[in-house]
Amino acid sequence: MTSSSGSALLVALLLLPVVGAVAVALLRDNALLAKRVALGFTLVEFGLAVASWFAYDPGGARLQQHFSVDWIPTFGVHLSFGVDGIALVMIAIIALLVPVLIGASWVDKLPEGRSAGGFLALILLEQALTIGVFAATDVFVFYVLFELMLVPMYFLIGSYGGVRRQYAAVKFFLYSFLGGLIMLASAIGCYVMAADERGQGTFDWPTLVEVVRDAPLANQIWLFLGFFLAFAVKAPLVPLHTWLPDAAAESPIVVAVLLVGILDKVGTFGFLRYLLPMFPDASKTLAPLVLVLAVAGVLYGALLATGQRDMKRFIAYVSIAHFGFIALGIFAFSSQSQVGSVSYMVNHSIATGMLILVIGMVIARGGSTQIADYGGMFAATPLLGGMLLLAGLTTLSLPGTNSFISEFLVLVGSYGREPVYTVLATIGMIMAALYVLWFYQRVMHGPVRGDAMLGAMAGPGAVADPEVAARHAIPDLGGREKAVLIPLVVLILGIGFYPQPLLDVITPSVKATMSSVGLTDPVEGN
Amino acid sequence: MTALPQFLALAQPAGPAKETLPAINYPAIMPILIILGAACLGVLVEAFLPRHQRWGVQVGLTLVAIAAAGVTMATYLTDAPAAGEVTVAGALAVDRPALFLWGTLLALSVGAVLLVADRSVEPGGALVAQAAIRPGTIQDREQRLGALPHRTEAARYQMQTEVFPLMLFSLAGMMIFCAANDLLTMFIALEVLSLPLYLMAGLARRRRLLSQEAAVKYFLLGAFASAFFLYGLALLYGYAGSVRLADIANSAAGTDRSDTLLFAGFGLLVVGLLFKGSVGPFHTWTPDVYQGSPTPVTAYMAACTKVAAFGAILRVLSVGFESISWEWRGVLFGIAVISMVIGAVLGLTQTDIKRMIAYSSIAHAGFLLVGAIVLTPDGLSSTLFYLLTYGFTTLAAFGMISLVRDADGEATHLSQWAGLAKRSPVAAAVFAFLLLALAGLPLTSGFVGKFVVFSAAFADGLAPLVVIALVISAVAAFFYLRVIVLMYFSEPAADGPSVTVPGALTTAAIALGVVVTLLLGIWPAFALDWAGAGSFALH
Repeated sequence: MTSSSGSALLVALLLLPVVGAVAVALLRDNALLAKRVALGFTLVEFGLAVASWFAYDPGGARLQQHFSVDWIPTFGVHLSFGVDGIALVMIAIIALLVPVLIGASWVDKLPEGRSAGGFLALILLEQALTIGVFAATDVFVFYVLFELMLVPMYFLIGSYGGVRRQYAAVKFFLYSFLGGLIMLASAIGCYVMAADERGQGTFDWPTLVEVVRDAPLANQIWLFLGFFLAFAVKAPLVPLHTWLPDAAAESPIVVAVLLVGILDKVGTFGFLRYLLPMFPDASKTLAPLVLVLAVAGVLYGALLATGQRDMKRFIAYVSIAHFGFIALGIFAFSSQSQVGSVSYMVNHSIATGMLILVIGMVIARGGSTQIADYGGMFAATPLLGGMLLLAGLTTLSLPGTNSFISEFLVLVGSYGREPVYTVLATIGMIMAALYVLWFYQRVMHGPVRGDAMLGAMAGPGAVADPEVAARHAIPDLGGREKAVLIPLVVLILGIGFYPQPLLDVITPSVKATMSSVGLTDPVEGN
Repeated sequence: MTALPQFLALAQPAGPAKETLPAINYPAIMPILIILGAACLGVLVEAFLPRHQRWGVQVGLTLVAIAAAGVTMATYLTDAPAAGEVTVAGALAVDRPALFLWGTLLALSVGAVLLVADRSVEPGGALVAQAAIRPGTIQDREQRLGALPHRTEAARYQMQTEVFPLMLFSLAGMMIFCAANDLLTMFIALEVLSLPLYLMAGLARRRRLLSQEAAVKYFLLGAFASAFFLYGLALLYGYAGSVRLADIANSAAGTDRSDTLLFAGFGLLVVGLLFKGSVGPFHTWTPDVYQGSPTPVTAYMAACTKVAAFGAILRVLSVGFESISWEWRGVLFGIAVISMVIGAVLGLTQTDIKRMIAYSSIAHAGFLLVGAIVLTPDGLSSTLFYLLTYGFTTLAAFGMISLVRDADGEATHLSQWAGLAKRSPVAAAVFAFLLLALAGLPLTSGFVGKFVVFSAAFADGLAPLVVIALVISAVAAFFYLRVIVLMYFSEPAADGPSVTVPGALTTAAIALGVVVTLLLGIWPAFALDWAGAGSFALH
């Protein structure tokens, strides 16, 4: 067993949610107590993440808070975990989002026969597994957690989801499982390569990077494709995205946040952590392929988001467009664009998390997910309307919101090397304004209309002015909902105006990734 | 009187080759002798003990025999030569792989015996007392109802106990099968292991016709397979002038004899073996027999026969035919793919859970064959490990299937499993875990098994086969997921089956399977070391 300073924090971060999941599962007969215990665990977890953030030294070693224990010596598999700046920001955002989500789901009605304890236990388990995926520094352990994290999500969608939940859950599982298995083939390939070269095979990530990155281009391309398929399904890149709209549409709101905000980031994280350092030559050779898919995702996602009738599917396509941006930044190979991409991973979690939660609050009031069932809601719920506007504006990357700096860095950084793709992607930015504002306008403004609005108002006293009736029938944000949204609003505006602390943590790790690929920035002095 | 010694002296053949009894290393083969001896004792018990004492004595005898065999094996293992040794005039090779397979077989048959012996899930046990009574007759009805508590004392003791010696005989056959060093011994072992299984397949207490049909099908097709094996053996004898695997290997490596005999003999021989391992396209018996046999017997068949058959396949391929591996590797590559595809694709269309697991076993046979055609030490150890993991998971899965029942006995139609998680959360969770293990999800033994086999194959240059196998794993995952979807995400059927609270024996068997599945998923290092402890004895 080896460890470096601060590793106790990481161990605690990994294990605490598991303990919490067990505790909450045991308490599932008492829903309120289970919720309180789950919230308590996630708040402590958030505290640990903050401590881990401050214990991290951006100028220090590549992997910090590192520890490693033998697992399967026969195959050189170690339970080893550690964080770099990229993993750290993702872990922090997970630790932040999960308590928010528990707060957001506090009064959700679960399907008959399902317990809140079971639901929260699965969420906590998912939290532990996703933190593990970002922290793993052994490729085998990464694969194990990558597949395992499908299981709680599968049950979250399948047990707690909407009408077509069975279909969505199985589709989600099979897409990701297949991608993961192909990745396993590549991981085995890397292992065999290490065994040939070093005598003893290993899955240790730093060692594999050294072994594999000098491999002949043909081998690299095959191994690259195996990993890429898994990450492209997860991220998701067009045309491997079709599971996401179904899964997001059928998930409960908080599970959709978990899915889009956290799980999908494993894909783009994998691009940076595994594809670029391990297969630098293949990455450069195949970059045009990825860039085409990325830009296609930006445009296709934007186009379909504009045309969606269902709010949750709308969110899914918005995310597909944003994942295109992230992939563009990563494969444009400049440190600016990659810093932009990594910060976009964080900011997208915040922005989309906010958007989904606010839309969830809209849906909770109207009882429908169809956009056409709403209209003129702002008159009744000005605060909720304001929140939706803020979430929308950060989704379209308005300056002053957190997403702006990321999108700006991606586009500026990419332009130097890939001007054509960048210009095309900019069209997606313009379309974002279209779909977000049009969506906001249809739901919030104009006369009070739509089945959901009218249905909510039906009852005694509905004869008078519809706006007055709506104000009576539809409550604005309550205390709990405000408490849930405040941290996100603070982050959106805080990072929007002062992104430096975030970028400081990310930049050294991105530079290290760049140098391991053997790339320099197209323009010196960035 | 003086003429007799002279006569005897004359009768002795002349020359230095004086006939002596072959040297027998008794400690090495003691486990087999114990199992065979206990089987013979069991037959005597059937003959002499009164009916109401037989069950207890038979179960005790069987378990003690298996335990004793395990202990003697462990004792032998402490100072066994690492390279293995050949004994009984070269008929048996007791080497590390054989010992690993014996250990696996003994451990699995403990579980299977517990399942067969259980009398609480189905009153009187899942097996019928007198299989010869024609289905549908009054006597048959009497016999089926006889086990219910309100029947007379005499009627209630009507239960099947002959199955225990049958199981022991078949177990001994399996142990000899995977240690056989010449093809004739292997053939005899094949018959010794198969004949009791044909009988056991026909013993189901309920659905007698289906069970008898399964027994007949298994017998007829098994006889064909044996004939193939025997024909192949004869051709190989014609080729090499010996039935010993090592002699065949020598001939194949460096002579200019007719390759036709060699290849034809090898092909026929392997068909016989693949049939026993239920590898597609020689799998056609598997779904029918798995479905029709009493579930505890299916568990035994699925777990142990697979281990024995692949043990023999491994030995034949690596001891006898390694030198011509370039000739057969492509063919077995294709057969592995066919088996995986048949198992995964036809598995999708099944509506009966036992048939579904049968197709899953065909897909798994394909995965095992991937490991078997890798002739490196890693290939051997990984295939052995896979057999261990697969056996325990399957055993526990069939144990669970035997618990889900309605008024007509086991509820094997998939639609009956809808919403099971709401009624019996523990049973559903255990079964879901086993299904995920069969699908090969991490933290289960199924994943580690797949991983070691595929990495051995990858290292031996079979990367395309590995990719095909992984894609098919994902296809196969679909039908395991389908059952989980049914159990967890569907509404329960109105008068669906319920899960019988299992008795101690079935609980123990299922617990054994589940614990091993979990243990080997989380901490596989020790078993991997055992499996990789040594290679086949090559003489």
